Amino acid sequence: MFDNLTDRLEDAFKKLKGQGRITDVNIATTVKEIRRALVDADVNYKIAKDFTDRVKEKALGEKVIKAVSPGQLMVKIVQDELAELMGGESADFNIKGEPAVVLLSGLQGSGKTTFAAKLANYLKTKKSKQVLLVACDVYRPAAIDQLHVLGDQIGVEVFSDKESKDAVTIAKQGIAHAKSNGFNQVIIDTAGRLAIDETLMNEISSIKQAVRPQETLFVVDAMTGQDAVNTAKAFNERLDYEGVVLTKLDGDTRGGAALSIKYTVGKPIKFVSRGEKMDTLDIFYPERMAQRILGMGDVVSLVEKAQEQYDEEKARKLQKKISKNKFDFNDFLDQLGQIRKMGNIKDLLGMIPGMGKQIRDLDIDDAQFSKIEAIILSMTPEERENPELLNGSRRKRLAKGSGNTITEVNQFVKQFDQMRKMMKQMTKMGGMAKAMRGMPGLKR
Amino acid sequence: MGIFDRFTRQNDEQEQKKLEEGLEKTRTSFFGKINRLVRGKDTVDAEVLDQLEEILVTSDVGVETTLDIIEHVEERVASDQYVSTKELNRLIRDEIAKLMLEDAPERPADFDAPLPTKPYVIMVVGVNGVGKTTTIGKLAHHYKNAGKKVILGAADTFRAAAVDQLTIWSERVGVDIVKKDMGSDPASVAFETVQAAVAADADLCIVDTAGRLHNKVNLMNELTKIKKVMSKVHPDAPHEVLLVLDASTGQNALEQAKQFTKATEVTALALTKLDGTAKGGVVLGIADQFKIPIKYIGIGERMEDLQVFNREAFVDALFSGATV
Repeated sequence: MFDNLTDRLEDAFKKLKGQGRITDVNIATTVKEIRRALVDADVNYKIAKDFTDRVKEKALGEKVIKAVSPGQLMVKIVQDELAELMGGESADFNIKGEPAVVLLSGLQGSGKTTFAAKLANYLKTKKSKQVLLVACDVYRPAAIDQLHVLGDQIGVEVFSDKESKDAVTIAKQGIAHAKSNGFNQVIIDTAGRLAIDETLMNEISSIKQAVRPQETLFVVDAMTGQDAVNTAKAFNERLDYEGVVLTKLDGDTRGGAALSIKYTVGKPIKFVSRGEKMDTLDIFYPERMAQRILGMGDVVSLVEKAQEQYDEEKARKLQKKISKNKFDFNDFLDQLGQIRKMGNIKDLLGMIPGMGKQIRDLDIDDAQFSKIEAIILSMTPEERENPELLNGSRRKRLAKGSGNTITEVNQFVKQFDQMRKMMKQMTKMGGMAKAMRGMPGLKR
Repeated sequence: MGIFDRFTRQNDEQEQKKLEEGLEKTRTSFFGKINRLVRGKDTVDAEVLDQLEEILVTSDVGVETTLDIIEHVEERVASDQYVSTKELNRLIRDEIAKLMLEDAPERPADFDAPLPTKPYVIMVVGVNGVGKTTTIGKLAHHYKNAGKKVILGAADTFRAAAVDQLTIWSERVGVDIVKKDMGSDPASVAFETVQAAVAADADLCIVDTAGRLHNKVNLMNELTKIKKVMSKVHPDAPHEVLLVLDASTGQNALEQAKQFTKATEVTALALTKLDGTAKGGVVLGIADQFKIPIKYIGIGERMEDLQVFNREAFVDALFSGATV
């Protein structure tokens, strides 16, 4: 029941394995299976049907090819169609304007306020914009406070008027404030609303007319079910938004809503948001998403994440140290920190092709790493620099200090030792990346 | 007619009407479709069943539960030899009612009913943005109106301004709140809330927790800890672990129910935002696959719009006006 889309598709394809060619008969169950898999992944039923019809048509048309197995052929067809459904290239995000204005819309609890702050952080740090957040959620208790707290965290000013209940005026004042204070980017957070709530839908239309945003975004929870299509449509009819933001993608949702929305309203998904930390915002790449859904991993995102954390100068120093066999616990702690900065270990591994299915039941929660960290942090500075110092009584102290058993400490020290030797050999071949593979903690 | 004659309505008429209004979207789309489906047909054939599958699935009922329902309908059609489309509506209603009423609690929870113990501790859990804090505010309102002394605990010390949000609710409703600074240990807030409830001789204490996605191991462990800590003040606390689910969530709701139950032994569900979705069908899926009763439903923005869930009334509301 809770298999994800990839698993379900794998099962569906299995039924085709061993069959000589794709025929009307043997494809029927597979197609039905694919459709149910998609629906189980919250893809809208009609769209899933449409999709499988297309897949079927293509598959039957290609039955003449004998070189590949029907299963492989189906995988390819599904993958191609899925990528097409998700939309071709990734969409641009317009930040031109004096100031450029982004207006956020969506249902209650979809994650607008958190996204507002993440987007502000992104535009500030990656696009060097002078960002002003404007708090127009005048209904939900403490929504304005929430934006202020987040604004403080990321060092972005928040414009608000706690006395006013007039969101349109606040938005206008916000723009005026931006203009007279040198902000070139404004992000307007609004209250969550239902598409059937006439009063509030009128309010957000008025805000849009008043501030003429470059980008109006529809923020939607990736876990949304069949209704995603209707909501997306209803908001689009009123706001004609430029794009969609998919939030909470760090959950284990199968994300079918993304497919449905793209298909129905034809608007691109511009950002995906995965987590509560301020730097967990990604541009949406349709192909990557399609690949990810099919269990092909998301290597490109992984590489980009790694690059962001990579400090060339540091790496060179480290390499020198390794080659002299001087790699110590401090360096190790540093490396650990860098990996963790890239995000949740499980998320990262999930991006590696073929890993999707295996790691789901695996408990490499970050606790493993915390254990190692605790051991290192229980060492004296001297011990950290000279791993050789760790004799029996010191290890006993470390075990006590870090809340581990002595066996665990021994194991870690041993692994560290092996790794150190291995790394030294590796430097001749070059590359930290390879060495990292032998790192303790990544075992099952 | 059917199994519905056995039911006596426990809600007063006004509440029933509100429920019907709240479910308007689901009802008109779900049963309107069924009505259109059977119109102009003489018998229940494969095509009708296919369309029934579509209707159920597009209402978020879920593939598994849908197939269950269809299988049952098929069996009935087979055993009765001939089933006219006129009877289909009743048949489906029967099947859904059966689903919903299986392992129903003996009687629905009631705000007025005396609580089994004092203080009765409710711990509220759920993923981000489902409406935990709002639900707590509304619960406090109802229980206070029913003459109970309520204390809230702001153990969501993580999300920005979550404590402020609950504080505003406590002021609005007029109940006490236990809170600490943002970032403090949520377990300690929970502990002190229960302590305060005991000291103040409160009837009820409701503890808010930070929203978390159910696949984050560390955060789920934290929840287990918060729960455990409360039992140190009061051996059986929390007496109720309430999982809040957003009705517009798709099949992931089932996974949420599963994972939160694993971490905290969820004892009751609250389904929010039912007024906003045409797809309340997720209720059916959950009723089918979990033994956890749905205790509260949210059908609107106002404080009164949180109701004690009554399965009989819910099915009645779904079907009212939906005759062929």
